Amino acid sequence: MTQLDEALIRSLTPGVIGALVRRGADFAAAEDAVQEALIEAIRVWPAGPSPSSSSGGDPVRDAKGWLVTVAWRKFLDATRADTARRRREDLVEEEPRPGPAASVDDTLQLYFLCAHPSLTPSSAVALTLRAVGGLTTRQIAQAYLVPEATMAQRISRAKRTVSGVRFDRPGDVATVLRVLYLVFNEGYSGDVDLAAEAIRLTRQLAAGIDHPEVAGLLALMLLHHARRATRTAPDGGLVPLAEQDRSRWDTKAIAEGVEVLQAALARDRLGEFQAQAAIAALHADAPTAEETDWVQIVEWYDELAGLTDSPVVRLNRAVAVGEADGPRAGLAALAELDASLPRHAAVAAYLHERDGDLATAARLYAEAAHKAPNLAERDYLTRQAARLNTGRSR
Amino acid sequence: MAKYLLLKHYRGAPAPVNNVPMDQWTPEEISAHVQYMNDFAARLEKTGEFVDGQALAPEGSWVRYDGEGRPPVTDGPFAETKDLIAGWMVIDVDSHERAVELAGELSAAPGKDGKPIHEWLEVRPFLAAKPSTTECTFK
Repeated sequence: MTQLDEALIRSLTPGVIGALVRRGADFAAAEDAVQEALIEAIRVWPAGPSPSSSSGGDPVRDAKGWLVTVAWRKFLDATRADTARRRREDLVEEEPRPGPAASVDDTLQLYFLCAHPSLTPSSAVALTLRAVGGLTTRQIAQAYLVPEATMAQRISRAKRTVSGVRFDRPGDVATVLRVLYLVFNEGYSGDVDLAAEAIRLTRQLAAGIDHPEVAGLLALMLLHHARRATRTAPDGGLVPLAEQDRSRWDTKAIAEGVEVLQAALARDRLGEFQAQAAIAALHADAPTAEETDWVQIVEWYDELAGLTDSPVVRLNRAVAVGEADGPRAGLAALAELDASLPRHAAVAAYLHERDGDLATAARLYAEAAHKAPNLAERDYLTRQAARLNTGRSR
Repeated sequence: MAKYLLLKHYRGAPAPVNNVPMDQWTPEEISAHVQYMNDFAARLEKTGEFVDGQALAPEGSWVRYDGEGRPPVTDGPFAETKDLIAGWMVIDVDSHERAVELAGELSAAPGKDGKPIHEWLEVRPFLAAKPSTTECTFK
């Protein structure tokens, strides 16, 4: 007997919600019912197929059918109110319409709904993780370090916000990609690996929709994820790209990322994520930091700057110019940017150090540490200032 | 999706507009104030933005290590401490603007004569533990 793991069960979530919606359930109620069915599935399935046929068949051979049946029953249970009873009886007569569901379309519709522009970013993220990712409210709350009650409210508000949205129209892919990008960037905390989850959801989206930016985002995530183990020292400290142990990069993920990216770039419809992925691919491709093709990286940053006005891009471009054409050129590129941008002082410190002005570099590293947006960067920058102040070389 | 600390001070903040100490309010004015704070927290729970809220006793002591095998040294409380924290609320919001908006609402809690206190609250962003995966210049 094949055991079903939690990841497989969760991957069925959007299709099951879609099946309930097509049978007449509204999205919010369908989503609640499927969440309950998932929890039941995770509880009973490891022990093998349910012995009673009341649960609707063999979950191992037809996991989705089992979930649809159980979720539909949960939905009917939940609509017991008098006003709903008549409707339920109508629905019982209509159902069931078993057989293979149009799961790809259902899944896509859910991505669009959960990233609907009427939602705030944090609501869209939470709803996507629950309704598309099949995570429990508790897991999402733990990942974002908020109380479970708070996350439950955030999700139920999000569901109310999209309750009037038609389920059968395609939305804007860009909004979906922004949500997945946010999930990926949150990384890893608690027992849910959000970066891996973002990759799973983006891969699933890429399987259902033919769009070069979806592929670009998938490639970007794979190429960054490939370096994850080497970005953090055993003591939790940040390890910059140039000092990472390249022999520990995940070559399989890099190969897949490059392949996905090349196929996307061949379509000749460049977008922000493809350009970012191209830069990540050039880093991944360099056997040593010294062999990095900085000239090409600068060219990609120029492309990227034409696609987005992100200050992160402009700062990173100045770093790349500093590597390609020397620190003076990098400082000149930096001089064109607003000094109040986040990480401006950090980039200036690095370029001044490369230029040999250690006193200025030390002062700027300390200033950058003071302004750092997170602990890992603050500690890293403080150590750089301390290193220069105690007269040590890199 | 960023956490902020809203800090309320017993002492150390600039003077509020409606600057009458609580012991000179009527009992009804105190009840109205407490109700406002409770309602505010309840509303934040409903919007999915509430993380934590606590009040602190005004009196505490100072403690420090005093060497191997010795008990810690304690001192205080110091009545002259300039900055005295009364309590906090932790919120998880989409933007700095939203944090400021909520602090503004909290500062409008009613005081003497039922008029808003216009109390100064300190808004402090949390430092995340790690940089986001793709946006850090150094990794």
